[in-house]
Amino acid sequence: MEMMIEVQDLSKFYGPLLAVNHLGFQVAAGEIVGFLGPNGAGKTTTLKMLAGFLAPTSGTARINGFDCVSHSLEVRRSLGYLPENVSIYPDLTVSQFLRFAARAKGVEAKEETGECQRVMAACGLGEVEGKLVAALSKGYRQRLGLAQALLNRPPVLILDEPTIGLDPSQIVEIRSLIKNLEGSHTVMLSSHILPEVSQLCHRVIIINRGQIVASDTPENLSRQMGHGSRISLTVKGPEAQVTAALQALPGVGRVASFGEGRYLVEGGNGKDLRPELARLLVQQGFDLLELKSQEFSLEDVFLNLVTEEES
Amino acid sequence: MKNLSGFTALLKKELTIYFAGPIFYITGFFFLVLAGYFFYTNLLYYGLISLQAAQQASNPQVAAQMNPQMLVYRPLYQVLAIILIFLVPLLTMRLLAEEKRSGTWELLFTYPLTDWSIILGKFGAVLLVYLVFLAFTLSFSVAFSFMTQVDWGAMAAGYLGMVLLGASCLALGLFASSLTENQIIAGVVGFALLLLLWIIGWVQELASGPVGKTMQFLSLLDHYENFTKGVINTRDLVYSVSFTFFFLFLTKRQLESRRWRA
Repeated sequence: MEMMIEVQDLSKFYGPLLAVNHLGFQVAAGEIVGFLGPNGAGKTTTLKMLAGFLAPTSGTARINGFDCVSHSLEVRRSLGYLPENVSIYPDLTVSQFLRFAARAKGVEAKEETGECQRVMAACGLGEVEGKLVAALSKGYRQRLGLAQALLNRPPVLILDEPTIGLDPSQIVEIRSLIKNLEGSHTVMLSSHILPEVSQLCHRVIIINRGQIVASDTPENLSRQMGHGSRISLTVKGPEAQVTAALQALPGVGRVASFGEGRYLVEGGNGKDLRPELARLLVQQGFDLLELKSQEFSLEDVFLNLVTEEES
Repeated sequence: MKNLSGFTALLKKELTIYFAGPIFYITGFFFLVLAGYFFYTNLLYYGLISLQAAQQASNPQVAAQMNPQMLVYRPLYQVLAIILIFLVPLLTMRLLAEEKRSGTWELLFTYPLTDWSIILGKFGAVLLVYLVFLAFTLSFSVAFSFMTQVDWGAMAAGYLGMVLLGASCLALGLFASSLTENQIIAGVVGFALLLLLWIIGWVQELASGPVGKTMQFLSLLDHYENFTKGVINTRDLVYSVSFTFFFLFLTKRQLESRRWRA
């Protein structure tokens, strides 16, 4: 498989402060990778180095096979970059800016108009075409930032918090836009919104204090995290007896009761406990109203990894 | 070809921003008001002393000075050059400092543009703005040519001097703008450097020998002097072109440092 982004031993010091600490990862062509981490973890710094805006203190980053420092121009040609809190010339109108960006990114003169129309349609900018950037709302400005990244169809997209500042319906639009890039583009995006990452991304890289703490598919991460399974139950019957019966079943780790007949059972060894639980409760004469397996969410994974690191 | 399209894209963007903001109109307005005022008063003065000279018996020494080039245009060029010192920092201070302050350089420097196309695009735009101002002053001479004979050749040499001097000052201003993210600092540094390079030649009167001579060679004013008389000297041409290139080159080095400064 062709690797579009290759990072090796990448480090960055800001004065004495180590922002990124020997980071290493790879992203294959067509992949959508989420980059997660608490504030100040080094996400933005890493993405800036990939975009060729900051120089790494040590280590290498390659995009589309080109080194980000020595072949900066080739890297920038194959890149669409949306910076965090993108700022765009306030004195230009939306279409003036996009025309400038298109020409700067090497779109031919005769294709300029068509290309600008394409990205404006993709990002829903048609109605603000003639407006000054200064007069745009935060949401439109963010969409304009995304639109300029898509100009000239770069094979690699680096998006630093693409949905920040957008309202819920816009978030859904932008997510589906990013989802549509799947396969044709390699996308690396950073985000604070965890469900977004688990929806959009094939793979998640979690970093904390400049180091990778986990890198896997969202599903695998939640599975690893569970060390087994979690099952929520709703049972009609006296609480103490039900708890005791559940506790007695081999393989059950912890039983928690939330009142009104709701229980949470955690299994210890990764075995699926659902059939045995159902059989047990019916045999003992309790009414089983609901039985559901609960996955650990990415929030749990994230919080767990980040706090584990800190303790 | 790719580089050229980046250059023209930037040139167009910078011109659009100049024409959208107030700086272009305000500086242009006052430049032309001052230029017009000085042209007018020079003309009145010229009229007055030609009248006196005609009344007196013709004095060959006075007669040699009695032409529009020496009495109207030369003082005008000299005054315009001083106005340039104030005007140039106002035009150039925005160019790179504002990109840094507002954060737009993050996009600019991640587009596939070479440093030269960024620098030349910005320099080209501000030079064009200055040429627009200068072109308006040509109207004075057109009006003047209806009243008397204008020596267009000598005037062209003067304008060439103005263009070259302008280009030198603008390149220096662009460099000052690359040093900081604060427009005011960029303006002050540009103004101070221009003033210094302007008056550095005065040292010649105090320091004799090679030091004084060197200082005089460095002075913008000294090399401009010949052009105002209608003389084109290759030494002055080489000086202006290398001065301009030198500061554009320093700007490029300054932009590059962003990449290796860790």
